[in-house]
Amino acid sequence: MPLPKRRHSHTRGRKRRTHWKLTAPNVMECAHCHQPKLPHHICPHCGYYKGIQITTPKEA
Amino acid sequence: MRHQRKVKKLSRTSSHRQAMLNNMVTSLFASRMIKTTESKAKELRRIADRLVRTAKKDTLAARRLVARSVKDRAVLKKLFTEIAPQFKSKPSGFTRVVKMGYRRGDSAMMAVVELLTEKPKIEKDAGKKKGSKKKEKEVAAAEGKSKKEKSASAE
Ligand SMILES: [Zn+2]
Repeated sequence: MPLPKRRHSHTRGRKRRTHWKLTAPNVMECAHCHQPKLPHHICPHCGYYKGIQITTPKEA
Repeated sequence: MRHQRKVKKLSRTSSHRQAMLNNMVTSLFASRMIKTTESKAKELRRIADRLVRTAKKDTLAARRLVARSVKDRAVLKKLFTEIAPQFKSKPSGFTRVVKMGYRRGDSAMMAVVELLTEKPKIEKDAGKKKGSKKKEKEVAAAEGKSKKEKSASAE
């Protein structure tokens, strides 16, 4: 079984984790309802994609 | 050689996968549009396109081939009489897959698979012919697709 030989400081672990980064989703504006949406996705607000209505969102 | 002929396994045994895709393609033909995960959607369109291509031949042999996948006789009839004739002029591309965001629970990417036949609803946006719409709407309603029913009654 592998066992740690030396104490591992908080800084050491934290320094390693400086490379864990979140990337923001590439949000764009819906051409139909101007709400934020993801590219290449049906708009969750109006159900449109590339000018055609594909789904009907629940509240609409 | 079967180079490059990859099929997604979808974490299922081959019989399970085959059965699932058969069921899914049957519901796609029955209700025109289904929502599923993106991986299943992309596998489904290959099956659906192949079945429509076979159904376009409109022979007894073709019907028997398709019947191996589409076990529902009513849906099989619909495919040959209503769906396949609408694709007469098209060589391929009978379906469309569009992503619709992540599912809550397991963050799986969801997508809509759509048969590119005449829409049974939304006349004002598409401005298409009215022909077979009523029939399709009734079929969809009979399938118990509450989503469609809701939108149909809203209009
Ligand atoms: Zn929108």
